[in-house]
Amino acid sequence: MANPDVAKLETIAREGRVEILRMITHAGSGHPGGSLSVIDILADLYFNRLRLDPARPQWEDRDRFILSKGHCVPAQYYCMAKRGFFPMDRVITLRKLGSPLQGHPDRVALPGIEAATGSLGQGISVAVGMALGLKLAGKAARVYCVLGDGETQEGQVWESLMSAPKLGGPDHHLDNLCVILDYNGIQLDGFVKKILDLEPITEKLKAFAWAVLEVNGHDIAQVDKALDQAEANKGVPTFIVAHTVKGKGVSFMENDPEWHGKAPKPEEAVRAIREVVGEPVPQWAQPIIAELSALGKK
Amino acid sequence: MAGKASRAAFGEALLELGAKDERIVTVDADLSKSTMTGGFGKKFPDRHFNVGIAESGMIGLAAGLALTGHVPFACSFACFLVGRFETIRVSVAYSDAPVKLVGTHVGVAIGEDGYTQMGLEDMACLRALPNIPILQPADEIETRQAVAYAVEHPGPIYLRLTRQGLEPVHEASYRFRFGKADVLRPGHDVTVLATGGTVWYALEAAKALAAEGIQAEVVNVGTVKPLDEETILRSAGRTGHVVTVEDHSISGGLGSAVAEMLAELMPTPLKRIGVTTFGESGDMKGLYAKHGLDAAGITAAVRKFLRR
Repeated sequence: MANPDVAKLETIAREGRVEILRMITHAGSGHPGGSLSVIDILADLYFNRLRLDPARPQWEDRDRFILSKGHCVPAQYYCMAKRGFFPMDRVITLRKLGSPLQGHPDRVALPGIEAATGSLGQGISVAVGMALGLKLAGKAARVYCVLGDGETQEGQVWESLMSAPKLGGPDHHLDNLCVILDYNGIQLDGFVKKILDLEPITEKLKAFAWAVLEVNGHDIAQVDKALDQAEANKGVPTFIVAHTVKGKGVSFMENDPEWHGKAPKPEEAVRAIREVVGEPVPQWAQPIIAELSALGKK
Repeated sequence: MAGKASRAAFGEALLELGAKDERIVTVDADLSKSTMTGGFGKKFPDRHFNVGIAESGMIGLAAGLALTGHVPFACSFACFLVGRFETIRVSVAYSDAPVKLVGTHVGVAIGEDGYTQMGLEDMACLRALPNIPILQPADEIETRQAVAYAVEHPGPIYLRLTRQGLEPVHEASYRFRFGKADVLRPGHDVTVLATGGTVWYALEAAKALAAEGIQAEVVNVGTVKPLDEETILRSAGRTGHVVTVEDHSISGGLGSAVAEMLAELMPTPLKRIGVTTFGESGDMKGLYAKHGLDAAGITAAVRKFLRR
């Protein structure tokens, strides 16, 4: 949206990084690397883009957001809590028995989640279906889907990439669909380039008839501008290649495949949070550091 | 076979229902001529989507349509549809997306095309999911009503349909009831539970058995999940012997469901008739004889089971 308050969004993303580290540390398992790479994108979506009403999570005219790379749901849980879907303190129930904050998104358990994801490759298919469904229903709502780069190796992703620009014509082209690739370059077993390189990804998507944009996925102003452009694109869905850094914001996690799916120990989390917020530690972060320090002494 | 295939009855029912209910849409993966949604597509081109030969994407797309208020029928051969089990498991079942899954060309009955096209494990897979009922109508009238029910069912549901024509087994007054099995022929010596295309053969077998003095009660299990425990237990309690018949793998389908239920609630001698191997090319008649699914096979199995 025009003239986003980038400083405010950056502050939200910074707090998001802290809460991501907090909840994964409490859970004792999870995926910090990809949650930290996607949080700036989600901050812009949730706080400057998505038309949602936390009081009416099933509101028919809401925009839909699907995190196809469902393992990075801690970033989404933070954004949902911050927007008022549930109290922030509930994030530390992540992955605990009885919590709606499942290890991967659960649509039925947690209102505000649009589709169960985590079995990679599926979320984008559902997003395409929602975009089509909204068009057929004459709704102006938009559909946003965040795809992982490792996930993009799934055959099902390419079924959707092939069909989305073709579906709905002549009256219902899916220009209400925007897919964002969180291109952090690392998957569970190592570097995407070494396992199964996606390149040349922009050329591939262009050949499939998507409108393709490239941004630095940590530059919120750039992300926001690209989302504006996506809304302006008519007749075609938009694919944004967002170049990101896995583990972004924590020096010892950045670009290290080790942190794809490993929870930090409490003392590591405290070190990471101190790095994210800087010195002196702002007042809001102090209780979290105290809480995690206490957790480490248990 | 003079009767109508359940896939054909499905296609016709969809046309009628679609005219009254704009929420209904169809999604296919290049088999709409075979799944019989082609007629719907001609009449309602704006509500008919063919994604190409991409079943996983089709199922996900259907989930998205269902979650935005539409009533999507996602159709393919049963083997190709349920072969994308992981997408059904997460995007449809776990997300509780009210997709109407339609698997056609079930069983060895499809014949000449051979094993790769035969839906033989679809019920076994879907039975493992907690929230997907399985409907397998036995003739045209039941199919039409089952399709109408599927539209109204609040969650996901699976319709298992045949390629081959089905002789009528119901009177014109038949009324489909979800979760209910219906007794087509009363008897007191043995309960024969059949589903789908095998129901007519079970009735034929019962006639042959009656000539030998064996009175078989034939029950059409049109809803394989949830199983109608009440009707089955009542019949089994009277006859003391149960036989299941299905054109599906012997593992995981109707026979397994009945075995599980009887073992827990009322242990009763049981004989399961189903497919124990991969399928193969051949004519349906020959295949049904080979797998003991025809009237002669069912008759012989019942006779042996009752040791008469």
